[in-house]
Amino acid sequence: MSESAIQIRIGGEAGQGLETVGQLLARGLVRCGYEILVSQNYMSRIRGGHNFFSVLVDSDPVLSPASGVDLLIAMNGETVTRHREELRNGGRILADASQVEEDAEDVVAVPFSELVPEKLYTNTAALGSAAALLQLDREIFENLLREVLGGKSEDAAKKNADAFAGGHSWILKNSRPLQGPSSPAFRQGDRLAMNGNQALALGAMAAGANFCSFYPMTPSTGVALNLAAQAEELGIVAEQAEDEIAAVNMAIGASFAGARSIVPTSGGGFSLMAEGISLAGMTETPLVIVLGQRPGPATGLPTRTEQGDLQLALYSGHGEFPRAVLTPGTPEECFDLTYRALDLTERSQSPVIVMTDQYLADSIRAVAPFSLKDLPETARPGTETTDPEAYVRYAFDHSGVSQRLLPGSGTHLVVADSDEHTPDGHITEDLSVRTRMVDKRLAKRRVLEDSAVPPEADGPEKPELLFITWGSSKGAVLRAAEDLSKQGRSVGTLHFRQVCPLVPEQFLHRLESAGRTVCVEGNATGQLARLIRQETGFAVDRLIHRYDGLPMDAETIHAQLD
Amino acid sequence: MVSPQDFGEFETAWCPGCGNFAILEAVKRALADSGTAPHQTLFVSGIGQAAKSPHYMRCNLFNGLHGRALPVATGAKLANPDLRVLVQSGDGCNYGEGGNHFLAALRRNIDLTMLVHDNQIYGLTKGQASPTSSAGHVTKAQPQGMPSDPFPPTAMALTMGAGFVARGFTGMPDLLADTIRQALTHTGIALVDVLQQCVSFNRVNTFAWYKQRCYELEANYDPGDWHAAMQRCMEWGDSIPVGVLYKSEHRRPLRSCYPFLEKEPLHTQKRDLDSVERIMREFE
Repeated sequence: MSESAIQIRIGGEAGQGLETVGQLLARGLVRCGYEILVSQNYMSRIRGGHNFFSVLVDSDPVLSPASGVDLLIAMNGETVTRHREELRNGGRILADASQVEEDAEDVVAVPFSELVPEKLYTNTAALGSAAALLQLDREIFENLLREVLGGKSEDAAKKNADAFAGGHSWILKNSRPLQGPSSPAFRQGDRLAMNGNQALALGAMAAGANFCSFYPMTPSTGVALNLAAQAEELGIVAEQAEDEIAAVNMAIGASFAGARSIVPTSGGGFSLMAEGISLAGMTETPLVIVLGQRPGPATGLPTRTEQGDLQLALYSGHGEFPRAVLTPGTPEECFDLTYRALDLTERSQSPVIVMTDQYLADSIRAVAPFSLKDLPETARPGTETTDPEAYVRYAFDHSGVSQRLLPGSGTHLVVADSDEHTPDGHITEDLSVRTRMVDKRLAKRRVLEDSAVPPEADGPEKPELLFITWGSSKGAVLRAAEDLSKQGRSVGTLHFRQVCPLVPEQFLHRLESAGRTVCVEGNATGQLARLIRQETGFAVDRLIHRYDGLPMDAETIHAQLD
Repeated sequence: MVSPQDFGEFETAWCPGCGNFAILEAVKRALADSGTAPHQTLFVSGIGQAAKSPHYMRCNLFNGLHGRALPVATGAKLANPDLRVLVQSGDGCNYGEGGNHFLAALRRNIDLTMLVHDNQIYGLTKGQASPTSSAGHVTKAQPQGMPSDPFPPTAMALTMGAGFVARGFTGMPDLLADTIRQALTHTGIALVDVLQQCVSFNRVNTFAWYKQRCYELEANYDPGDWHAAMQRCMEWGDSIPVGVLYKSEHRRPLRSCYPFLEKEPLHTQKRDLDSVERIMREFE
């Protein structure tokens, strides 16, 4: 992040259209060629309360959320009171003239009620004013408005265009511009504006996912909605289930019959799915679950963020069976790892869990378009067998992976059982078969280890200080390391994109050769640090953590480090 | 031609005299009569003595968790509508542990045949009350007698808008086979609640108890009359009507929500990267 980075914050009540303006602003900024990072902070209510949407804008990559506000777009008086202290030198508050004292020097009081045909359009007028203050390309925003809000009705499209123009012109006439970020980072149209959930859903589509059963739960509902929106075009069955138990069992049934299934949920729903995960393990049925974390226990803070469910993902489901747990840290990694998850679950016939959290799920960033044409086909079940009569679903194989045929795709029969079973899938209580079957299932861990994504290492080979982290805390750690490196410190980072199975040969030497190791996690107990110790015997020197419902940021790391 | 013998004969883990034997035979006959070969079927079962039934047949089978047969069957049927999907489990599995799924499946109206072995008791766990046990039924778990009134499966299905609601009895094997055959060809969800004896754990609702009460619906009974059907569903005591209680295809089945499934099942679908590319560009 450069010195000229600015933060724009839009605050107000739920129901005032903050998210619409925020998203338009974020997308417009990306179209203008800027790097952005969005943090959304909303309360668990549909109307009222206090919500805010922050966009960090820069010409360099933005890695971590940060404090300080340069432009506060206050949709109500409360926003001014709450966020005024965070306003940096030279910062400005954009507010409705009726809500603020007009004589304050840093306040741009716009008479929105005179500029819009109806109160409903105040947010669009505020967007126009913000675009003018920041001297952003007006045409880009006008086009975007037309594309996004134009579909509703001609009348609404015109009123939105007028409101935008009204807000924009008023600023040009009555206010001086604000110092924006310096030059754009890339050419217009070179980046996509995408959050974690959207990238994840796109990764699933690219892998050919065609079945999504879900029960709505923040912050993962967006994954299902993104897939449902393309149901017709891509042929995706997106079915809202009666509960999470049904959702996971439907996905398993669909997968058994040949669909590529994905199930998004959050911690509470995931807990309900535990028996289903065990069923996928026993019946060796492919299953991808997206676990979007939020602070628990129980209902916790439903709309905030945390990385508190690592152990839940690792140990959910009774009995012993292999699994993989992938932990993307950016929208790009959400795409890549979800694509990979759908392939891996078929190749290993084992459940794969992709973990995000509210911060990553909702955080819009500037993302380079994915090169879809280079993506190989993902693994598929078998289609034929030379001797259909002799086919058995759970034939012993040294890899543990038996040929998986689909029911109804030929004259062979497919029998799967949640009871312990013989190779032909039928119930057994022959205890020698039991031992062989456990060994067969556990052998698949090897398949998972062979395709384990290594942790991403950055910085010197033998740093004086090594930050270890996983999932969405990545950006904060990279930023903190960058800050410390600039001060002349020798700092390395190690970001785990996969936490299960862990392959010590991929990273243990890095831990051992670092002067001091610090594990950075968005939870209270240091779940990754404990896992590393359990798997390798290596104890990290200390933990940096955050569990107040907000995302990890570089400032928290610096504050706790010293 | 498909014959009942195509589905094989296997040794079972059931008690001699169990009602499950008669249901197993009726299922094989119904499948043969409807021309469904073993590889065209998919049985999904839960846990319980009834849920073991498909293990004793040649068929495709997913024997899943207790109470969760319906969602697995729903997923499989959506993934491949060409499969003839049957759910086979007991009253505890379908109406107790899986009660929410039962209600949801009826509302969804997916093309499934739901065979419920209803012996009004838990057999596998040795004799506790089930959702359909009569009020006052004494067991080791309910020594003071079952405090609740029984769950009325057929009336519930009718209330939830099911288009095929039937009751069978193991003591009327021909009627049972014919009822299941009709259920197999119904568009939408079809419930067949099969009354059966449990020779080990239900000493109240014995074969003789059912035999005394069950009667076949009259030849002039109109299964298209919902109100008449409701009356027969609730007829339970000295006489219990058996047969197809209600039949109507007025509700749209779930598959109509996914028209692309008419073209091909999900497993033969090709990945469409051109469309994904276009969708990705929506994020510009």
